[in-house]
Amino acid sequence: MAAPLGTGTRTEEPGQEKQDAQEKEIAHPERAEEAKLKAKYPNLGQKPGGSDFLMKRLQKGQKYFDSGDYNMAKAKMKNKQLPSAGPDKNLVTGDHIPTPQDLPQRKSSLVTSKLAG
Amino acid sequence: MAGVAGGGGNGNDFQWCFSQVKGAIDEDVAEADIISTVEFNYSGDLLATGDKGGRVVIFQREQENKSRPLSRGEYNVYSTFQSHEPEFDYLKSLEIEEKINKIRWLPQQNAAHFLLSTNDKTIKLWKISERDKRAEGYNLKDEDGRLRDPFRITALRVPILKPMDLMVEASPRRIFANAHTYHINSISVNSDHETYLSADDLRINLWHLEITDRSFNIVDIKPANMEELTEVITAAEFHPHHCNVFVYSSSKGTIRLCDMRSSALCDRHSKFFEEPEDPSSRSFFSEIISSISDVKFSHSGRYMMTRDYLSVKVWDLNMENRPVETYQVHEYLRSKLCSLYENDCIFDKFECCWNGSDSAIMTGSYNNFFRMFDRNTRRDITLEASRESSKPRAILKPRKVCTGGKRKKDEISVDSLDFNKKILHTAWHPMENIIAVAATNNLYIFQDKIN
Repeated sequence: MAAPLGTGTRTEEPGQEKQDAQEKEIAHPERAEEAKLKAKYPNLGQKPGGSDFLMKRLQKGQKYFDSGDYNMAKAKMKNKQLPSAGPDKNLVTGDHIPTPQDLPQRKSSLVTSKLAG
Repeated sequence: MAGVAGGGGNGNDFQWCFSQVKGAIDEDVAEADIISTVEFNYSGDLLATGDKGGRVVIFQREQENKSRPLSRGEYNVYSTFQSHEPEFDYLKSLEIEEKINKIRWLPQQNAAHFLLSTNDKTIKLWKISERDKRAEGYNLKDEDGRLRDPFRITALRVPILKPMDLMVEASPRRIFANAHTYHINSISVNSDHETYLSADDLRINLWHLEITDRSFNIVDIKPANMEELTEVITAAEFHPHHCNVFVYSSSKGTIRLCDMRSSALCDRHSKFFEEPEDPSSRSFFSEIISSISDVKFSHSGRYMMTRDYLSVKVWDLNMENRPVETYQVHEYLRSKLCSLYENDCIFDKFECCWNGSDSAIMTGSYNNFFRMFDRNTRRDITLEASRESSKPRAILKPRKVCTGGKRKKDEISVDSLDFNKKILHTAWHPMENIIAVAATNNLYIFQDKIN
């Protein structure tokens, strides 16, 4: 890397910094990945393994909540300006308005497994 | 090339060969066909699979044929049935998936076979029995089943048993329902052959196989205030010999061993297994990748194995402060955690298993790769379950993932791995070197090379 004129003693620094960063990445690849993630999602919660993530796991499968949520979601959709996702973005309730067409077919599989074919 | 084996002393010159593959070849995989659990029974003669569509398929090993000495007991379909159906809990507005989370066989006590299968909420005990005889010559019924007028019968005869084509019937004998608020992740049959446990995210229940209207809660980690929730139960298993001992693992990478003799509610553990963490390497991902997705006791009962996102660890039950062995499954993924978090792969739950002699362990990875570790030689091997290497008795070639710059021929680079092809479920025959590997909707069976 050619040193620009007049920057005498500082010519080593940019290269050195890059090398340091690379060393850090090798020593702590997780930290480098974490930095990448934080750069993409600055609002990511401080407690990664904390309540948000666990609550999402506990609530797996819950799509529809109650009529209150239903009406709130309807009101939200009427309003052209959708509000930005709040801290409970992970909990998907109320945004989904169930209609008979939307509900997935809950018939059990009458077809024999292809493993047995 | 030498591989990794189990059993015997021939660990060095061991090779795995393709034996069979089950399932459709089409590119479009229906969600229902995705295999969600694989389990050999105690003798290894039966191999059960469960899928997302709630169906169970049981394969039976054929008797070895003397006229075809090279054909070592193939597995063919024995029985298939719909175990669970999709349900909707109207009270909680909750869809209950029919996906079979786990199947566990009961030890065989008579001619019939029994297994437990569970979805998120309900466990069922299934009886699989054979019928190869049919009674003929009833007095009150015609041969085609029509009832005869009893007043017209002038002579009596004794019905005789005639052979018929083998029919395998599966019937649900017990339904263990309504005991879990959260999603069931494990079931484990006790060594007493009378009880079993079922574990969900926050609670573990103890059941008697004969009693369906009652179960005992033996572990409850639900905090009084859900805001304080810090960890969930991820897997649980009974000790293979001590009917009072069981373990459960958590999303924080810890394992608790409990003794049911000490108290009715085992909230206080007898042993607590946790590997100390290097605080300088802690990151956003640390807790997530330390979450244990599977825990399995060794057959000997002296060790247990845990699987977290990047590694498999073997623990000596007598040592709580660190594992005795750690095997890296796919360390190269550590520098890909950001994308793996974004595509949710970081939450994939891989299982692990021991071979019959506890000398080797196996677990799955991505790109339809699976890994085996020989505990004695410390050798490891990466193999692939693919249709390309599926000629009968074709020897599987070891695979290698290249992490650095220069990719050698036959190596695959980390960025080319297909993260949709995950091998989450594998099973090892209890006595022989036969393994079953579930690759999405296909079941591969591999055997050791016959010399």
